[in-house]
Amino acid sequence: MRVEIQNLTIAFPTATGISHAVRGVSLDLGTEKLGIVGESGSGKSLTARSILKLLPRSARITADKLSFDGIDVLTANESAMRAIRGRRAGLILQDPKYSLNPVMTAGAQIAESWRMHRKGGAREARAAAIDLLAQVKINDPGRVFDAYPHELSGGMGQRVMIAMMLAPDPELLIADEPTSALDATVQAEILRLMEDLVARRGMSLILISHDLPLVSHFCDRVAVMYAGRIVEQLGAGELAQAKHPYTRGLLDCMPALSQPKPRLPVMTRDPAWLA
Amino acid sequence: MIKIENLHVHFGAVHAVRGVSFNVPAGASFGIVGESGSGKSTVLRALSGLNDDWTGSMRIKGTQLAPRRGKDFFRRVQMVFQDPYGSLHPRQTVDRALSEPLEVHGMDQHERRILQALSEVALPPSVRFRYPHQLSGGQRQRVAIARALMAEPEVLLLDEPTSALDVSVQAEVLNLLADLQERRGLTYLLVSHNLAVVAHLCPMVGVMQGGEMVETVSREDLRAGRTVHPHTTELRRLSTELEEA
Repeated sequence: MRVEIQNLTIAFPTATGISHAVRGVSLDLGTEKLGIVGESGSGKSLTARSILKLLPRSARITADKLSFDGIDVLTANESAMRAIRGRRAGLILQDPKYSLNPVMTAGAQIAESWRMHRKGGAREARAAAIDLLAQVKINDPGRVFDAYPHELSGGMGQRVMIAMMLAPDPELLIADEPTSALDATVQAEILRLMEDLVARRGMSLILISHDLPLVSHFCDRVAVMYAGRIVEQLGAGELAQAKHPYTRGLLDCMPALSQPKPRLPVMTRDPAWLA
Repeated sequence: MIKIENLHVHFGAVHAVRGVSFNVPAGASFGIVGESGSGKSTVLRALSGLNDDWTGSMRIKGTQLAPRRGKDFFRRVQMVFQDPYGSLHPRQTVDRALSEPLEVHGMDQHERRILQALSEVALPPSVRFRYPHQLSGGQRQRVAIARALMAEPEVLLLDEPTSALDVSVQAEVLNLLADLQERRGLTYLLVSHNLAVVAHLCPMVGVMQGGEMVETVSREDLRAGRTVHPHTTELRRLSTELEEA
């Protein structure tokens, strides 16, 4: 599985003209963990979602190349895209409160996802769902299977989301701020779980987050986005060697527990970064 | 300035705050950290008068607080919330939002006070007649802080004031809060889930878990790892682990 993005541009028509949200992004993803980091409005989510062609209706996408395992996403029709979405590439969103169906039990949702893509019977689906719940390290999968989303904590909900995405055995997982709504202790557990699953199943992962230290801790490679462009790409553990002033600024302006900063450095945004 | 002793809050059968006590000297900052459901925001809401169903003792400047607060309390104690999108009225201009506390407390010289408040939070005067949706998240939080300052309070209660902001904007707002404290001698009570943010602003930190304040620790001890309770140690470990990456 390989995702190739070359010179991707995503624009939106607005009252005052065309607004370019992503401007000439190129990325190449193999079987690895790629992090995309940036602040609100940097285009990180749009870039990742363009692989699934899950963009607002008004979005105008152009690219020299946008392909998922050789399939040209730009020209693919809806049924071709449906064969990728969920089936070959799963998407995990920030808040399980909003992405799970509130009137279906957790188990029914996982079983539905499994049956949809694997075409098995109801009993098989139930067994598969319970097995998936166990794989995402839920201690009591039988109970959680019959629980409704409101009966689950945020961390449990996110595990259910992950189990649902794993059901069709995807090759790529896109996780868009998967732990931002969770407590620090739960965040660490969910990330460890994702790391473990990705390694065990040989999946690719795109992790989108605003948290640079977190992402670089977890991913093989990090792309830093600013105003619709990738300004810098860093390998794991190269955070200290970041060169772009924006990346440096992001790191410096965070209060740190280990070293006190009497005053936080404030980022001065150089108009040249936009070029 | 703030003295809380043996505070308990119940929501029906749920005992959300279980005997919390702490002191904040005048002009100082005290931080409360904890995870969701630990009761940290509930302490703040009980102190601010948003929840009048509590037992125990809460004093501000030596005055015992009753469940129902007088007008004077709301002038002296003001609150800033997490989400500047939710805490500003979408159909009111910044001018209207800033005038309201002045009218409520019968204060004079609206024009001068509004302009001064805007400059104090480093917003251009042109922002005055804008609506919240025309401002960025950081600008909105500055408006929320300006509004809290209008009544010239002595105490600011800050409930996750930077959690909804990008880190670069968070830095600006934290610097602003530090400046305001120095200039006005304000007393802060800051609630956050982010240990690094709390330690940045507050010399003393209380750690909450399951409704109890399990440890009160100075930021020097916290930084050096001299923590006693396992929950504090765990939160510190998770916070420093990423910094070292």
